[in-house]
Amino acid sequence: MGAPVDSAAPPVIEVEDLVTHYGTRRILDGVSLNVREGEVLVIMGGSGSGKSTLLRYLLALERPTSGHVRILGTDVNRASAAELTELRKRIGVAFQGGALFSSMTVGENIMLPLREHTTLDAKTMQIMARLKLEVVDLAGFEHLMPAELSGGMIKRAALARAVVMDPKLLFCDEPSAGLDPVVAAALDQLILRLRDALGMTVVVVTHELDSAFKIANRIVVLDGGRILTEGTVDEVRASPNERVQNLLNRKLEAAELDPDAYLQRLTRDSARP
Amino acid sequence: MAAESEATGGAPFLDGVAARLERIGRTVASGVAECGFAAALFAESLYWLLMGRRRRQPVRVPTVFEEMMQVGVRAVPIVTVLSFTVGVMLAIQGIYTLRLFGAESRVTIGIALSVTREFAPLITGILVAGRSGSALAARLGTMSISQEIDALRVMGINPVRFLVAPSLVAMVVMVPALTFWSDLVALAGAGLYVSLDLGITLTAYGERLLEVVKVDDLMHGLGKSVIFAALIALVGVVNGAGVTGGAEGVGRATTRSVVQAITAIVITDMLFVFVVTRG
Repeated sequence: MGAPVDSAAPPVIEVEDLVTHYGTRRILDGVSLNVREGEVLVIMGGSGSGKSTLLRYLLALERPTSGHVRILGTDVNRASAAELTELRKRIGVAFQGGALFSSMTVGENIMLPLREHTTLDAKTMQIMARLKLEVVDLAGFEHLMPAELSGGMIKRAALARAVVMDPKLLFCDEPSAGLDPVVAAALDQLILRLRDALGMTVVVVTHELDSAFKIANRIVVLDGGRILTEGTVDEVRASPNERVQNLLNRKLEAAELDPDAYLQRLTRDSARP
Repeated sequence: MAAESEATGGAPFLDGVAARLERIGRTVASGVAECGFAAALFAESLYWLLMGRRRRQPVRVPTVFEEMMQVGVRAVPIVTVLSFTVGVMLAIQGIYTLRLFGAESRVTIGIALSVTREFAPLITGILVAGRSGSALAARLGTMSISQEIDALRVMGINPVRFLVAPSLVAMVVMVPALTFWSDLVALAGAGLYVSLDLGITLTAYGERLLEVVKVDDLMHGLGKSVIFAALIALVGVVNGAGVTGGAEGVGRATTRSVVQAITAIVITDMLFVFVVTRG
């Protein structure tokens, strides 16, 4: 489903052999992927699969051990601070918890990128912020504080803030997590509507299967820091890979049955790492 | 470092020593790292204050004023109360001590110098550390666990420019201002007690003050308070930015920032006095 994607266009995001560590623990282990212009790519995986970590590296919030991340043609780990700032004006991010600034009203939150990056006058900024609030169905809520909003409203306000600069690229972290199914479905629809209206490329990180299947042009399934499979919705559904099928059917991984290892874990001296 | 303690082998005593050494080493290393972080924050804040406008990312003046309001103006009542009390207390103690020599009429010089050189900056510093340093740590800590700092960064808004620089400026301006106010109130409080107890008129007390207090003494106190201000801001930011572990972590960071800021203030005070007074 979704709009046809021009596969000849240069990729908007290129990730090449990304390896990352948290302390000494390896989190991502050679992840490579491309995101093409205009598509909705869903990065899917269970808890601890590395999908949230991958997002942090795509956003250049952390430095990888090795590998490259190129966003809109800029290598984010080689870019100067000024180049990175320029790049970031062209991307929008909706965080899982919204990450609205709790000391500002909803309207001020949405206007903040405009205030910091443009020379527009206050009235114009207000109009632009209201436009985006209309799109996410939050018209009239601009004077409320984030603490006065419900979970779904916070996520919609965060989306409005993410797209207020009309970005080329939108990242959404768990857009439907923690919402009831109806609100979650509405949010999925909203992401698609925004994509069509603004001509954005969208990357969604989620563990929600329904949501992933509904909005994705392409799905990347992460597991244990590696890409398990990658393809269209139908391809992923039809994947012969057992772990993919387990994930899709919400089946538990077969428990490890090694009595020696089990005994050793129980008796090992835990005082020393 | 874990590998090194492995090398000591099975002897439990050596293990214990090694573990303790390791812990000391880690604490020292993280302490040094925090100092380095604070220095880097200070340098980056200065950079944004000087260069921000040229890079078209200025430190916002309204934000600075808002911070000043919070740090300075709203602290005036409590600074007034404490300074007045300390002034009266100093007068009582001074008169009591000098009476032993029958020299209680000389109390003014003791009060004047200890207030301007020591008590006003110290009281103000400790108060601001408890009031605003902790608030800064709590605010940054909360922002960092709710991904608000990340949100700033991905919007292309430098968090140091947006959050740290305004707080630093507000502190560095308002703490000396409060200290000066504290000087005035404490000296007034002391004067009131002195005039009641020793029967000196307030005018005579005032004239005596102007005689004994040199500009140097005032500057000594105000100069110190500028350093205290920077310390309070940086300690608050370093602790707030390093928060992990949710709401409990924020609480820990807040407490830690107050304790560290007060410790830093007292130690810096001693060093400052040592260097300036003996030099």
